[in-house]
Amino acid sequence: MQATSDTPIVEYQGISRYFAGIRALEGVHFACRPGSIHGILGENGAGKSTLIKIMSGVLQPDAGTMRLAGRTVNFATPKAANAAGIVCMFQELSLVPDLSVADNISISDPPRRFGLIDRRAQVRRAEELLAAVRCEEIDPRALVRELSLSRRQMVEIAKALGRKPKVLILDEATSALTSRDVETVYGLLKDLKAKGVASLFISHRMHEVDALCDTLSVFRNGRHIETFAKGDKSEREIVRLMIGRDVEAQFPPKPSRKPDAKTAEPLLGVRSLSWGKRLNGVDLDVGRGEIVGLGGLDGQGQKELLLALFGVLRDVDGDVTVGGRSGIPSSPAAASSAATRMALVPEDRKTEGLMLGMSIADNLLAASYGRISKGPFLDMAAARREISDGLAKLQIKIGDAADPVMTLSGGNQQKVVIAKWLMIDPDIILLNDPTRGIDVGTKQEIYRLMRDLANEGKAILFYSSDYAELIGCCDRVSVLYGGRVVSEQEGSEITEESLVAASLNIGTEAA
Amino acid sequence: MTTASLGRWLSRNMGFSAALLLLAILFLTYNSLHPRGFSSAVAIQNANETVAIAFVAMAQTLPVLLGGLDLSVGAVMTLTNCVASEVLHGSPLQIVFGVGLTLLTGTLFGFMNGCIVVYGRIQPIIATLATGAVAIGLALLIRPKPGGNVDDDLSWALTNSVWDLADTYGFAEGGEAWWIRPFADIPVPFLIVVIVATLVWVPFRRSVIGRTVYAIGSAEGAAYMSGLPIQRAKIVAFTLGGFLASCGGLYLAIQTSSGNADIQQAGAYTLNSIAAVVLGGTSLLGGTGGAIGSLVGAMILRVISFYFRILDIDPLLQPLIEGLVLLTAVSFGVFRTLRVRNQLDLFR
Repeated sequence: MQATSDTPIVEYQGISRYFAGIRALEGVHFACRPGSIHGILGENGAGKSTLIKIMSGVLQPDAGTMRLAGRTVNFATPKAANAAGIVCMFQELSLVPDLSVADNISISDPPRRFGLIDRRAQVRRAEELLAAVRCEEIDPRALVRELSLSRRQMVEIAKALGRKPKVLILDEATSALTSRDVETVYGLLKDLKAKGVASLFISHRMHEVDALCDTLSVFRNGRHIETFAKGDKSEREIVRLMIGRDVEAQFPPKPSRKPDAKTAEPLLGVRSLSWGKRLNGVDLDVGRGEIVGLGGLDGQGQKELLLALFGVLRDVDGDVTVGGRSGIPSSPAAASSAATRMALVPEDRKTEGLMLGMSIADNLLAASYGRISKGPFLDMAAARREISDGLAKLQIKIGDAADPVMTLSGGNQQKVVIAKWLMIDPDIILLNDPTRGIDVGTKQEIYRLMRDLANEGKAILFYSSDYAELIGCCDRVSVLYGGRVVSEQEGSEITEESLVAASLNIGTEAA
Repeated sequence: MTTASLGRWLSRNMGFSAALLLLAILFLTYNSLHPRGFSSAVAIQNANETVAIAFVAMAQTLPVLLGGLDLSVGAVMTLTNCVASEVLHGSPLQIVFGVGLTLLTGTLFGFMNGCIVVYGRIQPIIATLATGAVAIGLALLIRPKPGGNVDDDLSWALTNSVWDLADTYGFAEGGEAWWIRPFADIPVPFLIVVIVATLVWVPFRRSVIGRTVYAIGSAEGAAYMSGLPIQRAKIVAFTLGGFLASCGGLYLAIQTSSGNADIQQAGAYTLNSIAAVVLGGTSLLGGTGGAIGSLVGAMILRVISFYFRILDIDPLLQPLIEGLVLLTAVSFGVFRTLRVRNQLDLFR
């Protein structure tokens, strides 16, 4: 292990923070040294977000002191924390969609001439920083709203780098990145480490934490449980520290394949589906009781495929058969109310999945108002029944169904999205990266739920940017590249190597 | 500019480009139909009647970019109009002082609006509804009856051509100097609007504060997390709005040589300013657009009303026809949605 300086750059002593009397952090002692990459582990609700929000000035602690390089500090705003050299990349991106990439990268301190923003210097600066994160293909003049989620995360990283951090906090900053970008980020973090920058790395992907961090801290229920050097504990021990108990196998067992599965009429059949330049003739079948994965690098048309099937895109060409009937649904409303009902758990739960300000109950009912109405009015008794069914089925932990859905943790929010769609009893379920930014425990619940649904005879089409999920969950995986399926893998053929090879389209189909 | 970057500019500024095209068509048609079309006299008359709404529309742009609305712009214009009608006379020094006082009144009023919105945490639309009424009340105290005393030379010089301006104040050889000849026929009010827009808007757009205003309208949370000066930007936006509204009030006093605390007029200016902002391609959701677009929007609104002078239309039909034209113009924005192929983009 590399020797690190002895004075911690950030030191917490007895930090506590409460929300309406509920403990988010209590008596936390925590230290982080310069020149280290420090992984923060814990389930959602363990207090990780509160910890970094205090560090970055978004929240103030109710008790305790925080020291930065030995000096007691108290940040009233993110601006103050930034000025002190603490830069945070939040899971909810801090980019402004209507401004250009260059504007965003230099947002609070642009290069100036005669007091006015020097646009040319700003574009040059953006180009340099984008080159540093190996994203030269991003046009600094493009608006952020025109970029995909993974490109936005890379812009966010370039922006953070440009602020010359002493402490860099990455909160699920790699959740939507492609494996190539992740490699780039690893390289950057190691460079920063050599320069004495302390990085705090928060990720739910165990293998990322394992590959990158030198020190790990585990949090549980608002308390700091333990800090130790990487390698001192096995993965199993770490997971036990995180959830406070042993866990059984991460993925539920797959049923042995029925020999007639291929010959049976698929519930969802897709032939030469194309849309603009993003989809170039996708062929795909999903049968009853099957979980079919969509693999490949980010941005190869997986998301567009799901949106096209759900009726969101216009001018889609190709043949789609849903439950024996041909035709692409004309809208989400049509897709979810046809004879063979379809549901889509979207990419971004905060904008497309949920109405954040509305109650949990309203969100749960949003897709099924038609089923619980009598004439123009809602049948309140039926609504209550449906809500308690939905909450029970997914074991969503809530105080009151009338609370706004934004008061829930990320994992529980995602469960609300899933529960909403399960209420319409869909036959085909489309999942767009449903476990992004969700804690291990909830992930496992979602995997189990997917398998249960498949066993009930539903057809599931599942996109994930995490190979381990595709390997663990899917009966078959179709890998997309350039808007086409380049490889179909089944059963034990699905391995990390085969998926990576297919994603890069280096043809190992014989393997 | 390369073709590619021009293409991008056009696709990002569809609303503004469409407004500019519409204005060009309306203006050229108007002048072709007018018996004395394309003359300096017509241009001067048109420009004079456009200045006040142009300034008020630019003032309205700033709160709209933040994602709010300022219902006090018309009232602030009226208040400063009344203030100006009291102070724009006497020695040159006194007149300069009067101009300063008028602009200061509007600027302070805007500053007050900003402070109420930021520190009082009241939504702009309701805060300015209240302060707008206060502004009208103050205007009525200053000028219970229409009237006033505005320096005649000032009034003449600023409401005619550049030649008249030079002639009145005897500079550039009374307007005969070679270097002023090419500009001699340009209406002074037009120049005033262009100069103020350039001196105020261009630096604002390229300052961190200006960028913060756009960022707030686009994603306030992200702006906060990025450490941008949110509160300061909001206050500056409203203050600048107040300043621009007072430019409108000041010019109205010079143009009419009087002040008038007219409640109906204040309300009409406020509503028209919102129409002009939308016509000019600024989104009511905030974050995109700009004051130059609003300036074009204001000109479109005025040109439409000029048509009633030369065409034989029953004046009673004017509001009806203006409403229909506005509706048609605004519905050009629909073309954007026809090209959208991912329907989720409609909601972004």
